[in-house]
Amino acid sequence: MRIFDPHIHMTSRTTDDYEAMYAAGVRAVVEPAFWLGQPRTSPASFLDYFDALLGWEPFRAAQYGIAHHCTIALNPKEANDPRCVPVLDELPRYLVKDHVVAVGEIGYDSMTPAEDTALATQLQLAADHGLPALVHTPHRDKLAGLRRTLDVVRESALPVEHVLIDHLNETTVKEAKDGGCWLGFSVYPDTKMDEERMVAVLEEYGPEKVLVNSAADWGKSDPLKTRKVADALLKAGFTEDDVDRVLWRNPVAFYGLSGRLDLDVAGTDATHEGNSILRGVPKTATPEA
Amino acid sequence: MWELRIAEAGRRCGPEHAEAARVLLLHTAGADAPALARVYRQGTADERRAVLEALPHLVDGPEALPIVEDALRTNDTRLVAAAVGPYAARHLDAHNWRHAVLKCLFTGVPVDSVADLPRRARADAELARMLDDYAAERRAADRPVPHDLYRVLDLTGHPATPTGTGAPDSVTDPTAPDGKES
Repeated sequence: MRIFDPHIHMTSRTTDDYEAMYAAGVRAVVEPAFWLGQPRTSPASFLDYFDALLGWEPFRAAQYGIAHHCTIALNPKEANDPRCVPVLDELPRYLVKDHVVAVGEIGYDSMTPAEDTALATQLQLAADHGLPALVHTPHRDKLAGLRRTLDVVRESALPVEHVLIDHLNETTVKEAKDGGCWLGFSVYPDTKMDEERMVAVLEEYGPEKVLVNSAADWGKSDPLKTRKVADALLKAGFTEDDVDRVLWRNPVAFYGLSGRLDLDVAGTDATHEGNSILRGVPKTATPEA
Repeated sequence: MWELRIAEAGRRCGPEHAEAARVLLLHTAGADAPALARVYRQGTADERRAVLEALPHLVDGPEALPIVEDALRTNDTRLVAAAVGPYAARHLDAHNWRHAVLKCLFTGVPVDSVADLPRRARADAELARMLDDYAAERRAADRPVPHDLYRVLDLTGHPATPTGTGAPDSVTDPTAPDGKES
């Protein structure tokens, strides 16, 4: 089984997680830029983070045979802090880079005017750079947030088919689907979706344009949730082709809209001068933080 | 404009040709030390590696050393390997050069990557001492001593010691460094 986790914050995870993810079948991930738990106070803090998403993190992933791409953005929460907003001026030089496969995560947190501006500005940046956009839906007042998100997307220069709406659930999936977006579901231990509800949503709405992610981060989360959903789908009678479509082909198709997806990790990052860095023999540690 | 081309070299030329394309762009642009520093600072790991590859051909003096020193502070073996090229051989001071060699052994970067290794290692008693101590530390932990360590020690011209590098049976797995760098 091959798995593409289209939304996971590997910066917050240990190297052991990469090993376990590879063993579970994960071969590709996309890491969206987001906040750190502790609020940032300056653009410089974003830049070091973006550089890590384009440097250290793909290297760490490649050591375990996992292709790593990222999305870059000012997240909605920190769009409300005027000290952070100037990072918008730095985004264009990141959005041209190989391995940046979308603008994201953007969207709403508290649905403030500052978030309106950041969302509209960054949808335009996505259109300007030939990138799709990863738009999350707010945790609070979710349905209203989805509707407002869809309105802003429709008013933007970015085609709705180039937008992935994430953190969907039973109350928001229908309107997002009717709106023509790609449909993202985050499967968490206690909040967001779980495996059984994910099966039910797929039974009702089908696998078309559906992506499932772990959204694992520093919170109580599980980077193997993608595999657990795959197993639950098979158990519920979905075919291996259905599972491959949701957990591999759909994320490849969506992020492939960037023209920048490079899934051949073994041929590039995992070797150095013919010397594989995928060392896994006991007592032979790999370079780590 | 050429800096944009450097950023997008992977998707324009294919990942297997991206590094060559970036190095050629840096040559064609005649990038000087400030330009290289800017491209490096704003670059992804792939772009940074291209800067390190191009460096010895574009800068004669030591003014670009901060780029090499930055790369040697990372734990990305691709950057470490690129940092110990001919530019480092020419300009890196003895202390930092010895630490770079030791870092290669720590992180599993083949010492074949270290440019001009025989000349700089020759008669370097301090490097020999560091190698010997590292071998002793590995042996104390019952870990294999990298084969490359003995190669470099040979180049210093200093003999192995019984407590450190003395036991030939400790030459086991050349790809089994400790790797923990921080």
